[in-house]
Amino acid sequence: METLLAILIDGLVYASWLFIVAAGLTLVYGVMKILNMAHGSLYAIGAYSAASLVGWYFGSGHPPWGSFALFIGGAVIAGMVTGLIIERGVLRRMYGRDEVVMILVTYGVLLILEDVTKLLWGVDAYFAYQPYGMIGRVRFSDLTFAGYDLTLIAVAGLVGFALWYALNRTRQGKLLRAVIHDREISLAMGINVTRIFIVTFIIGSALGALAGGLTAPALSVAPGIGIEIIILAFAVVVIGGLGSVGGAAIGALLVGICRALAVHTYPQFELFIIYGVMAAVLAVRPQGLFVIARARKI
Amino acid sequence: MGSDRTPIFLCAALLLLLVVGLFIPNWLVFLFTISMAKGLVVLGLILLMRTGLVSFGQGLYYCLGGYIVGISGQHWGITDVALVFLLVVLAATLLSSILGLLLCRYREIFFAMLTMAFSMILYGILVKSEKLGSTDGFIIAQATLFGWQPEVEASGTWIFALAVIITLVALLVMHLYFRSPMGFGGEAIRENEIRVEYLGVSPRRLIYIKYVVAAVLAAFGGAITAVAAGHVDPEMAFWATSGEFVFIALLGGTLHVAAPLVGAFLIEIIRTIALDLAPYTWQMILGGSLLLIIFFLPKGLWSLLPKRREEEGL
Amino acid sequence: MSIILETRDLAKSFGAVTAAANINVTIHEGEIVGVIGSNGAGKTTFINMVTGYLKPSQGSILFRGKEMVGLSPRQVTREGICRSFQVAQLFPELSVLENMLIACSMLGGNLFNPFSPLKTKANLQAAQAALDDYLIGEYAHAPVSTLPQGVRKLLDIAMAMVGRPSLLLLDEPTSGVAIEEKFGLMDTVIKAVINSGAASLFVEHDMEIVSRYATRVIAFYDGHIIADAHTTEALNHPQVREYIIGSELHREQAEGVRYAAN
Repeated sequence: METLLAILIDGLVYASWLFIVAAGLTLVYGVMKILNMAHGSLYAIGAYSAASLVGWYFGSGHPPWGSFALFIGGAVIAGMVTGLIIERGVLRRMYGRDEVVMILVTYGVLLILEDVTKLLWGVDAYFAYQPYGMIGRVRFSDLTFAGYDLTLIAVAGLVGFALWYALNRTRQGKLLRAVIHDREISLAMGINVTRIFIVTFIIGSALGALAGGLTAPALSVAPGIGIEIIILAFAVVVIGGLGSVGGAAIGALLVGICRALAVHTYPQFELFIIYGVMAAVLAVRPQGLFVIARARKI
Repeated sequence: MGSDRTPIFLCAALLLLLVVGLFIPNWLVFLFTISMAKGLVVLGLILLMRTGLVSFGQGLYYCLGGYIVGISGQHWGITDVALVFLLVVLAATLLSSILGLLLCRYREIFFAMLTMAFSMILYGILVKSEKLGSTDGFIIAQATLFGWQPEVEASGTWIFALAVIITLVALLVMHLYFRSPMGFGGEAIRENEIRVEYLGVSPRRLIYIKYVVAAVLAAFGGAITAVAAGHVDPEMAFWATSGEFVFIALLGGTLHVAAPLVGAFLIEIIRTIALDLAPYTWQMILGGSLLLIIFFLPKGLWSLLPKRREEEGL
Repeated sequence: MSIILETRDLAKSFGAVTAAANINVTIHEGEIVGVIGSNGAGKTTFINMVTGYLKPSQGSILFRGKEMVGLSPRQVTREGICRSFQVAQLFPELSVLENMLIACSMLGGNLFNPFSPLKTKANLQAAQAALDDYLIGEYAHAPVSTLPQGVRKLLDIAMAMVGRPSLLLLDEPTSGVAIEEKFGLMDTVIKAVINSGAASLFVEHDMEIVSRYATRVIAFYDGHIIADAHTTEALNHPQVREYIIGSELHREQAEGVRYAAN
């Protein structure tokens, strides 16, 4: 019973974190048809920005609660700026290329940003543990959970709701959905697709960086975290269906719970199970769980 | 059509390399060996790319080849190269003919993602297998050939020779293949699968065959790398390794069978120099040149050379 | 003449939409049949079903007495039914000659021979001859993506004919082709079809072309066959005049306006 609860909570925490990363990735794919490998770097940049801001803040003796606003805000801004640079500097020149080519393009950006983060932050790990302890711990019968982790669930819920609201209840969101549905017709209808692309990419980047910023206090920030995360996020997005935010939520839950199940029962299957689920979903429904396949007309 | 001089050119170039290999320092011999190993993987990859499919998971077979060599030596006591390589081919054929059944139904990013997922599954298993050294991998027993055990100092050279021979055979076979109807079948699938279907041919069946061939080539590459480096680790199956293969393929392009080899060698040499001079710029150089190639040379460096008539469509 | 193709109660629906129903068609050896009907009447759906691209919701397709329902397009092709497409389905980055070489090797069955080159002298000559038969030999070395529509259409049909089909289905062979080239194209194609002895069924919007080349006409309207008779009889059928020819006239006028505007 307790194991079950632990699996559920751990799974939910992991899923929340995955969802925030994957939501940005799937949004960008949905609108721009770019499966953005550099999303991993944005995550890393968010994490590094947050970690160094936390380090600076606690070193300077300000009231500790202010650190939250600072590191989260800092991560998001770092993500937005990087996103803007990537979109205007590289992607803009490549629009209209094949989807597979776009993967390679963003792979190139990922490689470049990997070294940029090393040059900016060095290769030693950063620890920004202070905010993690501040929320305290929560007890359920014999189990204790970090309050920070539980807060993450709420944050993910908030991000999910905000995305849903923005896409379904605002004018801009409706325009975005029109572009997702049919780019050419949207263009013909006078929607400013270029602007929508920029905005989407910045939001997607901000979400990636936000996820990185939020993880910074929970684990050590070291080179390679971006490369590790991107494949996880791919798995989540592919399971849910590329371009579907709701799908990303379900994919994140599925991966999160499966991973927690493995960690608590057969830890050696931790990684295997994530990609195993992804391969299984792709094998049965290649378009993902929540996207309807379209046939080619002749 | 005129005579086809590529086979002669290939034989001459690799025999020359073999001779040169006797007189150059060990580190350079090693570099050539690794380039050939990676070149073989990429040769398989361009076979798929000519069909319009980009695999982000050739690391799966690269790693499989390496680990089969390692496990044979350490756990089964088989060190004879001929026997070990036979096992490698069998293992790669077996695995790819199973996965191929599924993969031949997928195209574009779905093919890329699914190949990557399979490769990451192997990575996930290896990282958690303590018997196989987890993330550190393990050392490989010294290879022998038909009972003969070469001296340790000379091992680099004879493994190099072995790599040259395997590479030469692979290049010749693939050269013939690319010119054959089946080779062109790949381009036909890339261009228009519906037409292929209406020409009475199953695209899936062709893709299946190509996938298995590519897997065997990748496994050979992994096996040679393992023998030459004397060590294997799960990184071989990590997606970034597969990403590097894709990079080499793009660098060389798919216009010539020798392109992967040249591409792989270029990468290895630049890496060696870059890591020496400025360690944190290597990936930046890689990423930057990837963008430049995609932008300016979509058919790879080979397209810079003047085109000879009989090589058109090759 | 013996029957080569027979469909019985063929129907296809996509969800609630019925694309074709009660399609009973009989085609005899060597016959040349025109198929008319406005857009969405079920003509292409019919061809797609016969060639295995779409699975019928019900009914059967007998080709020389053998059931075709459930076969894939490539199996249907192997049985001897070939087709062309509304939008020519070619290999655009390759040259015309290479397109033809690939068609010859695939339909000729020497595909799974990995070590003999595709471009042998004999193969090249055969492919060039096939192109010459359709008067497109001069384009042999041009990449398909640079060609005008008329040449693409001819290549599309020429590639289908490599399989020596006993039934050739042509889906709008003249669509997208300039008006002054339409008759030339049809002359070439129909001559080749007659020489090969194949039966042919072609979908066409231009009634002049239909009446010149078809001996029999099948008219589709809203997923059903409303007329199936000798050409003159079918074209004078009251429902055909009302539903199809009338709308085709509008269509021609509209096209005329577009041409004038260009």
